[in-house]
Amino acid sequence: MRQFFSILVCFFSFSFFAFGQDGHDDHSNDGNHEGGAYIETIGECHIPHDDPNVFNPGKTAFHHISDQNVYSIGPLQIPLPCILYGHGGKGLEMFSSSKFHADYHGNGEYAYNQYVLFEGSVRRVQDPSFPKGALELGHHRVYGKDVKVEGAKDKFQIFVCYDGKEWACDNKSTLDGGLFGGGMTSFTDFSLTKNVVTMLIIFIFLAWLFTKIAKMYKQREGQAPTGIQGFIEPVFLFIQDEVAKPFLGHKWEKFLPLLMALFFFILALNLFGQVPFFGGSNVTGNLSFTLVIAVIAFIITNINGNGHYWQHIFSMPGIPGWVKVIVTPVEIMGMFIKPLTLMLRLFGNITAGHMVIVIFVGLIFIFGQNGANPGAAWGTTIGSTLLTIFMMAIELLVAFIQAFVFTILTASYIGAATEEAHDH
Amino acid sequence: MLFLLDFSPIKPDLGLILWSTIIFLLFWGLIGKTAFGPIKDALKKRESDIQDALDEAKKARQEMANLKAENEELLAQAREERTKILKEAKEIKEGIITEARVKAKEDAKKIVIDAKEQIENQKMAAMIEIKNSVGTMALEIAEKVIKKELQGNAAQEQFVNTLVKDIKLN
Repeated sequence: MRQFFSILVCFFSFSFFAFGQDGHDDHSNDGNHEGGAYIETIGECHIPHDDPNVFNPGKTAFHHISDQNVYSIGPLQIPLPCILYGHGGKGLEMFSSSKFHADYHGNGEYAYNQYVLFEGSVRRVQDPSFPKGALELGHHRVYGKDVKVEGAKDKFQIFVCYDGKEWACDNKSTLDGGLFGGGMTSFTDFSLTKNVVTMLIIFIFLAWLFTKIAKMYKQREGQAPTGIQGFIEPVFLFIQDEVAKPFLGHKWEKFLPLLMALFFFILALNLFGQVPFFGGSNVTGNLSFTLVIAVIAFIITNINGNGHYWQHIFSMPGIPGWVKVIVTPVEIMGMFIKPLTLMLRLFGNITAGHMVIVIFVGLIFIFGQNGANPGAAWGTTIGSTLLTIFMMAIELLVAFIQAFVFTILTASYIGAATEEAHDH
Repeated sequence: MLFLLDFSPIKPDLGLILWSTIIFLLFWGLIGKTAFGPIKDALKKRESDIQDALDEAKKARQEMANLKAENEELLAQAREERTKILKEAKEIKEGIITEARVKAKEDAKKIVIDAKEQIENQKMAAMIEIKNSVGTMALEIAEKVIKKELQGNAAQEQFVNTLVKDIKLN
Protein backbone atom coordinates (compact mmCIF):
# COMPACT_ATOMS: atom_id res chain seq x y z
CA MET A 1 0.00 0.00 0.00
CA ARG A 2 2.80 2.36 0.93
CA GLN A 3 4.57 1.42 -2.27
CA PHE A 4 1.49 2.11 -4.31
CA PHE A 5 1.17 5.50 -2.66
CA SER A 6 4.74 6.47 -3.41
CA ILE A 7 4.30 5.40 -7.04
CA LEU A 8 1.29 7.65 -7.27
CA VAL A 9 3.15 10.57 -5.75
CA CYS A 10 5.98 10.00 -8.21
CA PHE A 11 3.51 9.91 -11.04
CA PHE A 12 1.93 13.21 -10.11
CA SER A 13 5.16 14.99 -9.48
CA PHE A 14 6.23 13.75 -12.90
CA SER A 15 3.03 15.00 -14.47
CA PHE A 16 3.59 18.36 -12.89
CA PHE A 17 7.11 18.42 -14.22
CA ALA A 18 5.89 17.46 -17.67
CA PHE A 19 3.24 20.15 -17.80
CA GLY A 20 5.75 22.64 -16.47
CA GLN A 21 8.07 21.77 -19.31
CA ASP A 22 5.20 22.42 -21.64
CA GLY A 23 4.94 26.01 -20.56
CA HIS A 24 8.67 26.46 -20.60
CA ASP A 25 8.93 25.31 -24.21
CA ASP A 26 6.36 27.83 -25.32
CA HIS A 27 8.24 30.63 -23.61
CA SER A 28 11.59 29.85 -25.14
CA ASN A 29 10.19 29.54 -28.66
CA ASP A 30 8.46 32.86 -28.59
CA GLY A 31 11.01 34.83 -26.69
CA ASN A 32 10.07 38.11 -28.32
CA HIS A 33 6.55 37.90 -26.95
CA GLU A 34 5.50 38.77 -23.45
CA GLY A 35 2.82 36.06 -23.17
CA GLY A 36 -0.73 36.23 -24.42
CA ALA A 37 -2.20 34.58 -27.49
CA TYR A 38 -0.91 35.98 -30.75
CA ILE A 39 -0.89 35.28 -34.47
CA GLU A 40 2.43 34.58 -36.15
CA THR A 41 2.43 35.62 -39.80
CA ILE A 42 4.71 33.98 -42.36
CA GLY A 43 3.84 34.97 -45.91
CA GLU A 44 0.17 34.16 -46.27
CA CYS A 45 0.16 31.96 -43.16
CA HIS A 46 -1.51 33.17 -40.00
CA ILE A 47 -0.42 30.72 -37.32
CA PRO A 48 -2.23 31.07 -34.00
CA HIS A 49 -0.18 30.57 -30.84
CA ASP A 50 -1.90 29.79 -27.56
CA ASP A 51 -1.42 32.06 -24.60
CA PRO A 52 1.23 30.19 -22.57
CA ASN A 53 -0.29 31.57 -19.37
CA VAL A 54 -3.71 30.12 -20.13
CA PHE A 55 -4.26 26.46 -19.58
CA ASN A 56 -6.97 24.87 -21.68
CA PRO A 57 -8.18 21.86 -19.66
CA GLY A 58 -10.64 20.62 -22.28
CA LYS A 59 -8.08 20.58 -25.03
CA THR A 60 -5.49 18.88 -22.81
CA ALA A 61 -7.98 16.24 -21.70
CA PHE A 62 -9.17 15.50 -25.23
CA HIS A 63 -5.60 15.32 -26.42
CA HIS A 64 -4.70 12.84 -23.68
CA ILE A 65 -7.56 10.43 -24.33
CA SER A 66 -7.41 10.44 -28.12
CA ASP A 67 -5.90 7.73 -30.28
CA GLN A 68 -2.60 8.71 -31.89
CA ASN A 69 -0.10 7.66 -34.49
CA VAL A 70 2.74 8.01 -32.01
CA TYR A 71 3.05 6.38 -28.62
CA SER A 72 4.12 9.06 -26.18
CA ILE A 73 5.56 8.01 -22.85
CA GLY A 74 6.57 11.15 -20.99
CA PRO A 75 8.80 13.18 -23.31
CA LEU A 76 9.37 10.12 -25.50
CA GLN A 77 7.54 9.92 -28.84
CA ILE A 78 7.72 6.31 -29.98
CA PRO A 79 6.99 6.12 -33.72
CA LEU A 80 4.35 3.64 -34.89
CA PRO A 81 3.70 2.15 -38.33
CA CYS A 82 1.36 4.22 -40.49
CA ILE A 83 -0.86 2.38 -42.95
CA LEU A 84 -2.78 5.01 -44.88
CA TYR A 85 -5.25 4.49 -47.66
CA GLY A 86 -5.72 7.59 -49.82
CA HIS A 87 -9.07 7.76 -51.58
CA GLY A 88 -9.27 8.83 -55.19
CA GLY A 89 -6.62 6.51 -56.55
CA LYS A 90 -3.83 7.46 -54.19
CA GLY A 91 -3.61 3.96 -52.84
CA LEU A 92 -2.11 2.34 -49.79
CA GLU A 93 1.03 3.73 -48.18
CA MET A 94 3.04 2.31 -45.34
CA PHE A 95 5.74 4.15 -43.44
CA SER A 96 6.85 4.84 -39.91
CA SER A 97 5.44 7.87 -38.14
CA SER A 98 9.04 8.80 -37.29
CA LYS A 99 9.04 10.39 -40.78
CA PHE A 100 7.01 13.26 -39.27
CA HIS A 101 9.59 14.04 -36.55
CA ALA A 102 6.91 14.71 -33.97
CA ASP A 103 7.63 17.38 -31.37
CA TYR A 104 6.56 17.29 -27.75
CA HIS A 105 2.93 18.02 -28.61
CA GLY A 106 2.84 15.34 -31.27
CA ASN A 107 2.94 17.91 -34.06
CA GLY A 108 5.06 16.83 -37.00
CA GLU A 109 7.94 19.03 -38.08
CA TYR A 110 8.04 17.24 -41.42
CA ALA A 111 5.41 16.42 -44.02
CA TYR A 112 5.61 13.07 -45.76
CA ASN A 113 3.88 12.23 -49.05
CA GLN A 114 1.28 14.94 -48.44
CA TYR A 115 0.57 13.65 -44.94
CA VAL A 116 1.25 15.70 -41.81
CA LEU A 117 0.95 14.99 -38.10
CA PHE A 118 -1.20 17.20 -35.87
CA GLU A 119 -1.44 16.39 -32.15
CA GLY A 120 -0.24 12.86 -32.77
CA SER A 121 -2.79 12.16 -35.46
CA VAL A 122 -2.18 11.92 -39.22
CA ARG A 123 -3.87 14.46 -41.56
CA ARG A 124 -3.71 14.78 -45.28
CA VAL A 125 -3.15 17.95 -47.27
CA GLN A 126 -6.20 18.48 -49.46
CA ASP A 127 -4.43 20.14 -52.39
CA PRO A 128 -2.90 17.49 -54.68
CA SER A 129 -0.29 20.02 -55.83
CA PHE A 130 1.40 19.85 -52.40
CA PRO A 131 4.88 18.37 -52.94
CA LYS A 132 5.38 14.66 -52.23
CA GLY A 133 8.19 13.05 -50.29
CA ALA A 134 9.67 14.29 -47.03
CA LEU A 135 9.46 18.04 -46.54
CA GLU A 136 10.86 19.99 -43.64
CA LEU A 137 8.21 22.33 -42.26
CA GLY A 138 9.77 23.58 -39.04
CA HIS A 139 8.36 23.90 -35.54
CA HIS A 140 4.67 24.67 -35.08
CA ARG A 141 3.87 24.75 -38.77
CA VAL A 142 0.91 22.36 -38.47
CA TYR A 143 -1.88 24.07 -36.61
CA GLY A 144 -5.61 24.23 -36.25
CA LYS A 145 -7.93 27.19 -36.23
CA ASP A 146 -11.62 27.92 -36.55
CA VAL A 147 -12.73 28.90 -40.03
CA LYS A 148 -16.00 30.46 -41.06
CA VAL A 149 -18.33 28.25 -43.04
CA GLU A 150 -21.11 29.85 -45.08
CA GLY A 151 -24.47 29.25 -43.44
CA ALA A 152 -23.11 26.88 -40.80
CA LYS A 153 -21.20 26.80 -37.54
CA ASP A 154 -17.50 27.57 -37.45
CA LYS A 155 -15.30 24.62 -38.34
CA PHE A 156 -12.02 23.63 -36.73
CA GLN A 157 -9.66 23.16 -39.66
CA ILE A 158 -6.09 21.89 -39.66
CA PHE A 159 -3.59 23.81 -41.78
CA VAL A 160 -0.01 23.34 -42.68
CA CYS A 161 2.20 26.33 -43.43
CA TYR A 162 4.64 25.55 -46.21
CA ASP A 163 6.40 27.83 -48.63
CA GLY A 164 4.58 30.83 -47.18
CA LYS A 165 1.21 29.35 -48.06
CA GLU A 166 -1.56 27.90 -45.90
CA TRP A 167 -2.67 24.43 -47.00
CA ALA A 168 -5.90 23.04 -45.62
CA CYS A 169 -5.76 19.44 -44.33
CA ASP A 170 -8.31 16.65 -43.99
CA ASN A 171 -8.82 14.57 -40.88
CA LYS A 172 -8.95 10.81 -41.32
CA SER A 173 -12.27 9.27 -42.34
CA THR A 174 -14.69 8.41 -39.57
CA LEU A 175 -18.04 6.65 -39.73
CA ASP A 176 -20.11 9.17 -37.78
CA GLY A 177 -21.41 10.79 -40.97
CA GLY A 178 -20.69 14.28 -39.71
CA LEU A 179 -22.63 13.72 -36.48
CA PHE A 180 -19.60 14.38 -34.28
CA GLY A 181 -17.76 16.62 -36.77
CA GLY A 182 -16.20 13.74 -38.72
CA GLY A 183 -17.18 11.91 -41.87
CA MET A 184 -15.61 10.45 -44.97
CA THR A 185 -12.60 12.43 -46.18
CA SER A 186 -9.77 11.95 -48.63
CA PHE A 187 -8.07 9.13 -46.70
CA THR A 188 -8.59 6.33 -44.20
CA ASP A 189 -6.13 5.49 -41.47
CA PHE A 190 -5.49 1.78 -40.99
CA SER A 191 -2.35 2.43 -38.96
CA LEU A 192 -1.19 0.48 -35.97
CA THR A 193 -2.07 3.38 -33.73
CA LYS A 194 -1.44 3.66 -30.01
CA ASN A 195 -4.75 1.91 -29.29
CA VAL A 196 -4.05 -0.89 -31.77
CA VAL A 197 -0.59 -1.42 -30.34
CA THR A 198 -2.06 -1.47 -26.84
CA MET A 199 -4.58 -4.09 -27.93
CA LEU A 200 -1.78 -6.16 -29.45
CA ILE A 201 0.26 -5.92 -26.25
CA ILE A 202 -2.75 -6.97 -24.19
CA PHE A 203 -3.55 -9.75 -26.64
CA ILE A 204 -0.04 -11.14 -26.43
CA PHE A 205 0.08 -10.79 -22.67
CA LEU A 206 -3.28 -12.48 -22.10
CA ALA A 207 -2.47 -15.18 -24.64
CA TRP A 208 0.76 -15.93 -22.80
CA LEU A 209 -0.93 -15.79 -19.40
CA PHE A 210 -3.89 -18.00 -20.20
CA THR A 211 -1.94 -20.53 -22.24
CA LYS A 212 0.39 -20.84 -19.28
CA ILE A 213 -2.50 -21.26 -16.88
CA ALA A 214 -4.19 -23.82 -19.13
CA LYS A 215 -0.90 -25.73 -19.24
CA MET A 216 -0.71 -25.63 -15.44
CA TYR A 217 -4.17 -27.15 -15.23
CA LYS A 218 -3.05 -29.94 -17.50
CA GLN A 219 0.23 -30.60 -15.72
CA ARG A 220 -1.10 -30.29 -12.21
CA GLU A 221 -4.27 -32.28 -12.74
CA GLY A 222 -5.95 -33.23 -9.48
CA GLN A 223 -3.81 -30.83 -7.48
CA ALA A 224 -4.64 -27.56 -5.76
CA PRO A 225 -3.94 -24.45 -7.87
CA THR A 226 -0.78 -22.46 -7.18
CA GLY A 227 0.77 -19.17 -8.20
CA ILE A 228 -0.81 -17.29 -11.06
CA GLN A 229 -3.26 -20.15 -11.54
CA GLY A 230 -4.60 -19.61 -8.04
CA PHE A 231 -4.78 -15.88 -8.68
CA ILE A 232 -6.88 -16.14 -11.83
CA GLU A 233 -9.02 -19.12 -10.80
CA PRO A 234 -11.36 -17.25 -8.42
CA VAL A 235 -11.97 -14.60 -11.09
CA PHE A 236 -12.56 -17.27 -13.71
CA LEU A 237 -14.91 -19.16 -11.42
CA PHE A 238 -16.72 -15.95 -10.51
CA ILE A 239 -17.52 -15.25 -14.15
CA GLN A 240 -18.37 -18.89 -14.73
CA ASP A 241 -20.59 -19.41 -11.69
CA GLU A 242 -22.08 -15.96 -11.18
CA VAL A 243 -22.42 -14.83 -14.79
CA ALA A 244 -22.45 -17.69 -17.26
CA LYS A 245 -24.37 -20.36 -15.34
CA PRO A 246 -27.23 -18.27 -13.90
CA PHE A 247 -27.98 -16.46 -17.16
CA LEU A 248 -27.34 -19.11 -19.76
CA GLY A 249 -28.63 -22.23 -18.03
CA HIS A 250 -27.45 -25.48 -19.55
CA LYS A 251 -25.98 -23.68 -22.58
CA TRP A 252 -23.36 -21.89 -20.49
CA GLU A 253 -20.44 -23.88 -21.85
CA LYS A 254 -21.07 -22.76 -25.41
CA PHE A 255 -20.86 -19.06 -24.57
CA LEU A 256 -18.24 -19.21 -21.82
CA PRO A 257 -15.24 -18.47 -24.11
CA LEU A 258 -16.96 -15.32 -25.41
CA LEU A 259 -17.81 -14.10 -21.92
CA MET A 260 -14.30 -14.81 -20.66
CA ALA A 261 -12.76 -13.10 -23.68
CA LEU A 262 -14.97 -10.05 -23.16
CA PHE A 263 -14.30 -9.84 -19.45
CA PHE A 264 -10.56 -10.35 -19.46
CA PHE A 265 -9.92 -8.28 -22.58
CA ILE A 266 -11.94 -5.31 -21.31
CA LEU A 267 -10.50 -5.62 -17.81
CA ALA A 268 -6.91 -5.81 -19.03
CA LEU A 269 -7.40 -2.81 -21.33
CA ASN A 270 -9.12 -0.82 -18.57
CA LEU A 271 -6.28 -1.53 -16.17
CA PHE A 272 -3.55 -0.96 -18.74
CA GLY A 273 -5.03 2.47 -19.50
CA GLN A 274 -4.55 3.44 -15.89
CA VAL A 275 -0.90 2.53 -15.55
CA PRO A 276 0.98 5.77 -14.89
CA PHE A 277 3.94 6.47 -17.22
CA PHE A 278 2.55 4.15 -19.84
CA GLY A 279 0.97 6.61 -22.18
CA GLY A 280 -2.48 6.17 -20.68
CA SER A 281 -3.91 4.24 -23.59
CA ASN A 282 -7.63 4.78 -23.78
CA VAL A 283 -8.84 1.79 -25.78
CA THR A 284 -11.99 0.95 -23.81
CA GLY A 285 -12.71 4.70 -23.70
CA ASN A 286 -12.77 4.83 -27.47
CA LEU A 287 -16.13 4.45 -29.16
CA SER A 288 -14.64 2.47 -32.06
CA PHE A 289 -13.56 -0.32 -29.75
CA THR A 290 -16.74 -0.42 -27.66
CA LEU A 291 -18.71 -0.36 -30.91
CA VAL A 292 -16.92 -3.48 -32.12
CA ILE A 293 -17.52 -5.51 -28.98
CA ALA A 294 -21.10 -4.28 -28.68
CA VAL A 295 -21.76 -5.30 -32.29
CA ILE A 296 -20.24 -8.72 -31.61
CA ALA A 297 -22.51 -9.07 -28.58
CA PHE A 298 -25.47 -7.99 -30.73
CA ILE A 299 -24.66 -10.48 -33.49
CA ILE A 300 -24.11 -13.38 -31.08
CA THR A 301 -27.37 -12.56 -29.29
CA ASN A 302 -29.44 -12.44 -32.45
CA ILE A 303 -27.99 -15.37 -34.36
CA ASN A 304 -28.62 -17.51 -31.30
CA GLY A 305 -32.10 -16.11 -30.75
CA ASN A 306 -34.73 -18.87 -30.85
CA GLY A 307 -38.30 -18.76 -32.05
CA HIS A 308 -39.48 -17.83 -28.61
CA TYR A 309 -37.23 -14.74 -28.66
CA TRP A 310 -38.35 -13.59 -32.09
CA GLN A 311 -41.98 -14.20 -31.22
CA HIS A 312 -41.58 -11.94 -28.20
CA ILE A 313 -40.19 -9.20 -30.40
CA PHE A 314 -42.59 -9.31 -33.32
CA SER A 315 -45.74 -10.63 -31.72
CA MET A 316 -45.68 -10.58 -27.97
CA PRO A 317 -47.97 -13.40 -26.86
CA GLY A 318 -50.83 -12.77 -24.48
CA ILE A 319 -51.57 -9.16 -25.34
CA PRO A 320 -54.33 -7.75 -27.58
CA GLY A 321 -53.56 -6.84 -31.19
CA TRP A 322 -53.77 -3.09 -30.80
CA VAL A 323 -51.21 -3.11 -27.98
CA LYS A 324 -48.86 -5.06 -30.23
CA VAL A 325 -48.82 -2.07 -32.53
CA ILE A 326 -47.09 -0.18 -29.75
CA VAL A 327 -45.09 -3.02 -28.21
CA THR A 328 -43.53 -4.38 -31.40
CA PRO A 329 -41.74 -1.15 -32.41
CA VAL A 330 -40.53 -0.76 -28.83
CA GLU A 331 -39.20 -4.33 -28.82
CA ILE A 332 -37.45 -3.79 -32.14
CA MET A 333 -35.91 -0.61 -30.82
CA GLY A 334 -34.89 -2.47 -27.68
CA MET A 335 -32.98 -4.97 -29.81
CA PHE A 336 -30.70 -2.16 -30.93
CA ILE A 337 -30.76 -0.08 -27.78
CA LYS A 338 -29.31 -2.92 -25.74
CA PRO A 339 -25.97 -3.06 -27.61
CA LEU A 340 -26.05 0.73 -27.91
CA THR A 341 -26.13 1.10 -24.14
CA LEU A 342 -23.37 -1.51 -23.81
CA MET A 343 -21.24 0.55 -26.18
CA LEU A 344 -21.93 3.91 -24.55
CA ARG A 345 -21.70 2.74 -20.93
CA LEU A 346 -18.19 1.40 -21.24
CA PHE A 347 -17.04 4.30 -23.43
CA GLY A 348 -18.53 6.90 -21.10
CA ASN A 349 -17.23 5.44 -17.88
CA ILE A 350 -13.66 4.98 -19.00
CA THR A 351 -13.44 8.25 -20.92
CA ALA A 352 -14.91 10.19 -18.02
CA GLY A 353 -12.48 8.61 -15.58
CA HIS A 354 -9.48 9.49 -17.74
CA MET A 355 -10.71 13.02 -18.29
CA VAL A 356 -11.37 13.65 -14.61
CA ILE A 357 -7.83 12.59 -13.76
CA VAL A 358 -6.35 14.84 -16.45
CA ILE A 359 -8.49 17.72 -15.26
CA PHE A 360 -7.61 17.20 -11.59
CA VAL A 361 -3.94 17.35 -12.53
CA GLY A 362 -4.82 20.31 -14.76
CA LEU A 363 -6.17 22.20 -11.75
CA ILE A 364 -2.56 22.78 -10.73
CA PHE A 365 -1.97 24.73 -13.94
CA ILE A 366 -5.25 26.59 -13.76
CA PHE A 367 -4.62 27.84 -10.23
CA GLY A 368 -0.89 28.23 -10.79
CA GLN A 369 -1.68 30.24 -13.92
CA ASN A 370 0.44 27.87 -15.99
CA GLY A 371 3.65 28.52 -14.08
CA ALA A 372 3.15 32.23 -13.33
CA ASN A 373 2.08 31.56 -9.76
CA PRO A 374 4.22 28.70 -8.37
CA GLY A 375 2.90 29.14 -4.83
CA ALA A 376 -0.66 28.49 -5.86
CA ALA A 377 0.54 25.63 -8.07
CA TRP A 378 2.28 23.89 -5.17
CA GLY A 379 -0.72 24.49 -2.95
CA THR A 380 -3.09 23.03 -5.49
CA THR A 381 -0.74 20.10 -6.04
CA ILE A 382 -1.53 18.81 -2.57
CA GLY A 383 -5.30 18.96 -2.99
CA SER A 384 -5.17 17.81 -6.56
CA THR A 385 -2.93 14.83 -5.71
CA LEU A 386 -5.33 13.73 -3.00
CA LEU A 387 -8.29 14.10 -5.34
CA THR A 388 -6.48 12.21 -8.07
CA ILE A 389 -5.52 9.37 -5.74
CA PHE A 390 -9.15 9.11 -4.74
CA MET A 391 -10.21 9.20 -8.39
CA MET A 392 -7.65 6.57 -9.37
CA ALA A 393 -8.92 4.30 -6.62
CA ILE A 394 -12.43 4.72 -7.99
CA GLU A 395 -11.14 4.17 -11.51
CA LEU A 396 -9.57 0.91 -10.38
CA LEU A 397 -12.97 -0.15 -9.11
CA VAL A 398 -14.64 1.08 -12.30
CA ALA A 399 -12.21 -0.97 -14.38
CA PHE A 400 -13.50 -4.15 -12.74
CA ILE A 401 -17.11 -3.06 -12.52
CA GLN A 402 -17.38 -2.04 -16.15
CA ALA A 403 -15.71 -5.22 -17.40
CA PHE A 404 -18.08 -7.21 -15.20
CA VAL A 405 -21.15 -5.18 -16.20
CA PHE A 406 -20.42 -5.57 -19.90
CA THR A 407 -19.99 -9.31 -19.46
CA ILE A 408 -23.04 -9.87 -17.28
CA LEU A 409 -25.28 -7.80 -19.56
CA THR A 410 -24.04 -9.63 -22.64
CA ALA A 411 -24.75 -12.90 -20.83
CA SER A 412 -28.23 -11.72 -19.88
CA TYR A 413 -29.03 -10.66 -23.47
CA ILE A 414 -27.83 -13.98 -24.84
CA GLY A 415 -29.66 -15.75 -22.03
CA ALA A 416 -32.90 -13.96 -22.88
CA ALA A 417 -32.52 -14.78 -26.56
CA THR A 418 -31.85 -18.47 -26.00
CA GLU A 419 -34.31 -19.02 -23.17
CA GLU A 420 -36.74 -21.88 -23.72
CA ALA A 421 -40.44 -21.07 -23.90
CA HIS A 422 -42.26 -21.11 -20.60
CA ASP A 423 -45.86 -20.63 -19.57
CA HIS A 424 -47.15 -17.16 -18.81
CA MET B 1 -17.42 24.75 -29.29
CA LEU B 2 -17.29 21.18 -27.96
CA PHE B 3 -16.67 19.60 -31.33
CA LEU B 4 -14.26 22.29 -32.37
CA LEU B 5 -11.91 20.74 -29.84
CA ASP B 6 -11.81 17.57 -31.91
CA PHE B 7 -13.17 15.00 -29.46
CA SER B 8 -11.79 12.13 -31.48
CA PRO B 9 -12.55 9.12 -29.22
CA ILE B 10 -16.23 9.41 -30.04
CA LYS B 11 -15.73 9.23 -33.80
CA PRO B 12 -15.92 5.66 -35.06
CA ASP B 13 -12.64 5.22 -36.85
CA LEU B 14 -12.52 2.68 -39.67
CA GLY B 15 -8.96 1.60 -38.99
CA LEU B 16 -9.49 1.16 -35.29
CA ILE B 17 -12.74 -0.72 -35.90
CA LEU B 18 -10.99 -3.06 -38.29
CA TRP B 19 -8.10 -3.75 -35.95
CA SER B 20 -10.34 -4.09 -32.90
CA THR B 21 -12.48 -6.62 -34.74
CA ILE B 22 -9.49 -8.64 -35.91
CA ILE B 23 -7.75 -8.61 -32.55
CA PHE B 24 -10.84 -9.34 -30.51
CA LEU B 25 -12.05 -12.16 -32.77
CA LEU B 26 -8.56 -13.62 -32.75
CA PHE B 27 -8.45 -13.39 -28.97
CA TRP B 28 -11.86 -14.98 -28.61
CA GLY B 29 -11.16 -17.73 -31.12
CA LEU B 30 -7.60 -18.52 -30.18
CA ILE B 31 -7.62 -18.11 -26.42
CA GLY B 32 -11.15 -19.43 -26.17
CA LYS B 33 -10.03 -22.62 -27.86
CA THR B 34 -6.59 -23.07 -26.34
CA ALA B 35 -7.11 -21.70 -22.86
CA PHE B 36 -10.63 -20.84 -21.73
CA GLY B 37 -12.07 -24.14 -22.95
CA PRO B 38 -9.39 -26.36 -21.40
CA ILE B 39 -9.44 -24.36 -18.15
CA LYS B 40 -13.21 -24.73 -17.99
CA ASP B 41 -12.93 -28.48 -18.66
CA ALA B 42 -10.20 -28.88 -16.06
CA LEU B 43 -12.25 -27.00 -13.48
CA LYS B 44 -15.33 -29.02 -14.32
CA LYS B 45 -13.41 -32.25 -14.03
CA ARG B 46 -11.91 -31.21 -10.74
CA GLU B 47 -15.32 -30.22 -9.45
CA SER B 48 -16.80 -33.59 -10.35
CA ASP B 49 -13.73 -35.33 -8.90
CA ILE B 50 -14.18 -33.52 -5.62
CA GLN B 51 -17.90 -34.33 -5.63
CA ASP B 52 -17.13 -37.97 -6.34
CA ALA B 53 -14.55 -38.08 -3.57
CA LEU B 54 -17.01 -36.53 -1.14
CA ASP B 55 -19.74 -38.95 -2.17
CA GLU B 56 -17.35 -41.85 -1.80
CA ALA B 57 -16.27 -40.70 1.63
CA LYS B 58 -19.90 -40.41 2.63
CA LYS B 59 -20.57 -43.89 1.33
CA ALA B 60 -17.53 -45.27 3.14
CA ARG B 61 -18.67 -43.58 6.32
CA GLN B 62 -22.11 -45.10 5.90
CA GLU B 63 -20.54 -48.50 5.37
CA MET B 64 -18.36 -48.05 8.41
CA ALA B 65 -21.39 -47.17 10.47
CA ASN B 66 -23.21 -50.23 9.17
CA LEU B 67 -20.22 -52.40 9.92
CA LYS B 68 -19.97 -51.01 13.40
CA ALA B 69 -23.61 -51.67 14.08
CA GLU B 70 -23.18 -55.20 12.82
CA ASN B 71 -20.13 -55.69 14.99
CA GLU B 72 -21.96 -54.45 17.99
CA GLU B 73 -24.81 -56.79 17.35
CA LEU B 74 -22.39 -59.64 16.96
CA LEU B 75 -20.66 -58.66 20.13
CA ALA B 76 -23.92 -58.48 22.00
CA GLN B 77 -24.82 -61.89 20.68
CA ALA B 78 -21.47 -63.29 21.70
CA ARG B 79 -21.84 -61.81 25.13
CA GLU B 80 -25.24 -63.33 25.52
CA GLU B 81 -23.97 -66.68 24.38
CA ARG B 82 -21.07 -66.48 26.77
CA THR B 83 -23.43 -65.77 29.61
CA LYS B 84 -25.55 -68.70 28.58
CA ILE B 85 -22.57 -70.99 28.29
CA LEU B 86 -21.27 -69.90 31.64
CA LYS B 87 -24.61 -70.50 33.21
CA GLU B 88 -24.85 -73.94 31.69
CA ALA B 89 -21.35 -74.77 32.80
CA LYS B 90 -22.17 -73.72 36.30
CA GLU B 91 -25.24 -75.87 36.31
CA ILE B 92 -23.30 -78.83 34.99
CA LYS B 93 -20.60 -78.27 37.55
CA GLU B 94 -23.08 -78.19 40.36
CA GLY B 95 -24.77 -81.31 39.02
CA ILE B 96 -21.46 -83.13 38.83
CA ILE B 97 -20.50 -82.09 42.32
CA THR B 98 -23.84 -83.18 43.76
CA GLU B 99 -23.71 -86.47 41.93
CA ALA B 100 -20.17 -87.09 43.04
CA ARG B 101 -21.10 -86.37 46.63
CA VAL B 102 -24.02 -88.75 46.54
CA LYS B 103 -22.00 -91.44 44.91
CA ALA B 104 -19.16 -91.01 47.37
CA LYS B 105 -21.62 -91.33 50.25
CA GLU B 106 -23.09 -94.49 48.77
CA ASP B 107 -19.66 -95.93 48.13
CA ALA B 108 -18.56 -95.18 51.63
CA LYS B 109 -21.69 -96.82 53.02
CA LYS B 110 -21.14 -99.84 50.87
CA ILE B 111 -17.52 -100.10 51.91
CA VAL B 112 -18.53 -99.87 55.53
CA ILE B 113 -21.16 -102.60 55.08
CA ASP B 114 -18.71 -104.80 53.22
CA ALA B 115 -16.12 -104.26 55.89
CA LYS B 116 -18.66 -105.15 58.62
CA GLU B 117 -19.66 -108.27 56.77
CA GLN B 118 -16.11 -109.33 56.31
CA ILE B 119 -15.32 -108.63 59.94
CA GLU B 120 -18.33 -110.77 60.90
CA ASN B 121 -17.21 -113.56 58.61
CA GLN B 122 -13.67 -113.41 59.89
CA LYS B 123 -15.00 -113.40 63.41
CA MET B 124 -17.16 -116.48 62.68
CA ALA B 125 -14.25 -118.24 61.05
CA ALA B 126 -12.06 -117.39 63.97
CA MET B 127 -14.74 -118.64 66.39
CA ILE B 128 -15.12 -121.89 64.57
CA GLU B 129 -11.39 -122.32 64.52
CA ILE B 130 -11.17 -121.50 68.21
CA LYS B 131 -14.04 -123.92 68.94
CA ASN B 132 -12.31 -126.58 66.94
CA SER B 133 -8.99 -125.91 68.64
CA VAL B 134 -10.58 -125.81 72.08
CA GLY B 135 -12.42 -129.05 71.28
CA THR B 136 -9.27 -130.71 70.08
CA MET B 137 -7.37 -129.40 73.10
CA ALA B 138 -10.12 -130.52 75.44
CA LEU B 139 -10.15 -133.90 73.75
CA GLU B 140 -6.46 -134.20 74.06
CA ILE B 141 -6.67 -133.16 77.71
CA ALA B 142 -9.53 -135.41 78.25
CA GLU B 143 -7.72 -138.22 76.48
CA LYS B 144 -4.76 -137.76 78.73
CA VAL B 145 -7.01 -137.48 81.79
CA ILE B 146 -9.08 -140.34 80.74
CA LYS B 147 -6.05 -142.40 79.87
CA LYS B 148 -4.79 -141.79 83.31
CA GLU B 149 -8.16 -142.21 85.08
CA LEU B 150 -9.45 -144.95 82.97
CA GLN B 151 -6.75 -147.00 84.13
CA GLY B 152 -8.52 -146.91 87.37
CA ASN B 153 -11.94 -145.36 87.52
CA ALA B 154 -14.82 -146.08 85.20
CA ALA B 155 -17.13 -143.62 87.01
CA GLN B 156 -14.76 -140.72 86.35
CA GLU B 157 -14.64 -141.54 82.80
CA GLN B 158 -18.33 -141.21 82.61
CA PHE B 159 -18.30 -137.88 84.33
CA VAL B 160 -15.75 -136.49 81.96
CA ASN B 161 -17.89 -137.38 79.11
CA THR B 162 -20.77 -135.51 80.61
CA LEU B 163 -18.55 -132.51 81.10
CA VAL B 164 -17.44 -132.54 77.52
CA LYS B 165 -21.00 -132.65 76.56
CA ASP B 166 -21.68 -129.59 78.65
CA ILE B 167 -19.02 -127.51 76.84
CA LYS B 168 -21.20 -125.67 74.45
CA LEU B 169 -19.95 -123.67 71.68
CA ASN B 170 -21.87 -120.57 71.90
